Amino acid sequence: MRKKPNVPDKKGYFGEFGGEYVPETLMPSLRELDKAYRKTARTKDFRKKLEYYLSEYAGRATPLYFAEALTKKLGGGKIYLKREDLLHTGAHKINNTIGQALLALEMGKKRLIAETGAGQHGVATATVAALFGFECDVYMGTEDIERQNLNVFRMKLLGARVIPVESGSCTLKDAMNEAIRDWVTNVRNTFYVIGSVAGPHPYPMMVRDFQTVIGIEARRQVLKKEGRLPSHLVACVGGGSNSMGLFYPFRNDSKVEMIGVEAAGFGMGTGRHAAALMKGRVGILHGSKSYLLEDDDGQIKLAHSVSAGLDYPGVGPEHSYYMDEGRAKYVSITDKEALEGVKLLSETEGIIPALESAHAIAYLPKLARKTKKKDIIILCLSGRGDKDIDIMKKHM
Amino acid sequence: MNRINETFKRLKAQKKKAFIVYVTAGDPDINATKKIVRSLEHAGVDIVELGIPFSDPLADGPTIQRAIYRSLKAGCSAKKVLKMVKEIRKEVTIPLVFMTYYNIVFNYGVEKFIADSKRAGADGIIVPDLPLEESKEMTQAADKQDFCVIQLTAPTTPPERFRKIAAASRGFLYHVSLTGVTGARKDLSKKLGSDVKKLKKLTKKPLCVGFGISTPQQARDVAGAADGVIVGSAVIKVIEKNLKNRKVLADRVGAFARSIARAVHGDRS
Repeated sequence: MRKKPNVPDKKGYFGEFGGEYVPETLMPSLRELDKAYRKTARTKDFRKKLEYYLSEYAGRATPLYFAEALTKKLGGGKIYLKREDLLHTGAHKINNTIGQALLALEMGKKRLIAETGAGQHGVATATVAALFGFECDVYMGTEDIERQNLNVFRMKLLGARVIPVESGSCTLKDAMNEAIRDWVTNVRNTFYVIGSVAGPHPYPMMVRDFQTVIGIEARRQVLKKEGRLPSHLVACVGGGSNSMGLFYPFRNDSKVEMIGVEAAGFGMGTGRHAAALMKGRVGILHGSKSYLLEDDDGQIKLAHSVSAGLDYPGVGPEHSYYMDEGRAKYVSITDKEALEGVKLLSETEGIIPALESAHAIAYLPKLARKTKKKDIIILCLSGRGDKDIDIMKKHM
Repeated sequence: MNRINETFKRLKAQKKKAFIVYVTAGDPDINATKKIVRSLEHAGVDIVELGIPFSDPLADGPTIQRAIYRSLKAGCSAKKVLKMVKEIRKEVTIPLVFMTYYNIVFNYGVEKFIADSKRAGADGIIVPDLPLEESKEMTQAADKQDFCVIQLTAPTTPPERFRKIAAASRGFLYHVSLTGVTGARKDLSKKLGSDVKKLKKLTKKPLCVGFGISTPQQARDVAGAADGVIVGSAVIKVIEKNLKNRKVLADRVGAFARSIARAVHGDRS
């Protein structure tokens, strides 16, 4: 089989997607970051440090858990859960923040900033800031501060400042605008820790690489347990970092079907969703060209999802590339279905998933009908549900 | 010849510096902007930058963000701004330059946007989130129409890169005075004057400086080193203060612009 070309190219493009659409002020810094990443992050020394913190501090490798009860209940292929929810801080985000913080240390930066939606990336950034001695500011929309209050408190406890963002939709998109404004202002001493496979090059590549530990482990684990590759990979897609982390190491295994689950919010027909891939158009937001939700004039539309982590009108450029290439397929799950997904996993397996991951779970009953018993499904359980208890209480 | 190049040629002959004003088109509405542009021309402004609003203006500080939201709320769009330019071009003779984010142009279609802009009577465009590397398509399309794609440089731009950006820039070069977003600053860097003088040695293109400049004194200082001075947020603040005084809005904006125009042009009186 012919291997896919390596993406991104030198200019940061995944096919027609990606690039570096940022103010000139940041360009020299992106170059510096790209150089530092290519030079440093691939050295043995750096990999060793990264592996040390991932295993000793964050708790890797995470189990690839055979969800036997869930498999029985749904009656389709064998379901394995990649348990990123068991990581320190409760989600896959820590894989990336440890990597970027180590890089920031190498580059001599003193301060970390981050945007956060669900607060998981904010917590993961505040955590590594505390661990490695950085000053840390996290931008968060006021609506998200409201609905993810527990994580706001965690960040503060970790010594970070949480800066409320009150513009636009008061969610992740606006937090990212504000983080970029801070970055433009303080670029000389500040490292911007982007939480998803989004933003200008080299971020989509770098975040993907740091998250591929999910897929690399899962591939090794499934081969050991089953002696063969899975038939399906399933993961939720907001910006798309946990899904890309799972998908990427399987990209050349052409028989492995990849399914990304977007947030359909109130429903795909309502216009109130976050399905940038399925319902969006190609445009430019937050530094890269990708599918996004916009109106006819090119104004970005407000996304909606019950899950703060998926409530974003854009998506990482590599997902847009995978979709157009036909390498991955994308489906959607509504708020209501996601909440049913929470119940399903909680009751069958005793695992309360984050609302983001619950979107992937909620797709399983649909997928089960299309699969046979000999099929193997790996689902990335990207985070645990503790942070969402208040929302769940309100809706269930 | 493009109106921008003509303007700088004339100013050079007169040994004068350019005074450039940014306003967000459609703030508070399209009709007000028409009056404001006329008023700015009468006040002695050499070039007007018309912002086309975008929902996510990540290079702008709070003042221009508010202007953009007011404009969007009033229903402004790229199409409406183009139509407005076509109308005011009948009487306004100074260069009109668009300032917007790349998604607006990309969504409209790059070539079509430039052709329609040129036809409407606009002279150039500044796109703060379109760095040199991503701007080739737009500059190529614009060159065919004698439409200026104005590039930006920043304090963080190294000299070698500065040269490349200057070479790619058309009309003039927009130097961002500070690391940060748009918005009035009480104090500008003391080094700004000497930095600009150094940068001027790297290019023959007119070098105009913007971001943070809000008072006649600051404008005079910058004009001492640069070929032009760009003021945005300070003008928006005058608009903001007079939102309820629609009748005098354009006059007040004009009066403020005149005070800075005098400082930039070195007029006594």
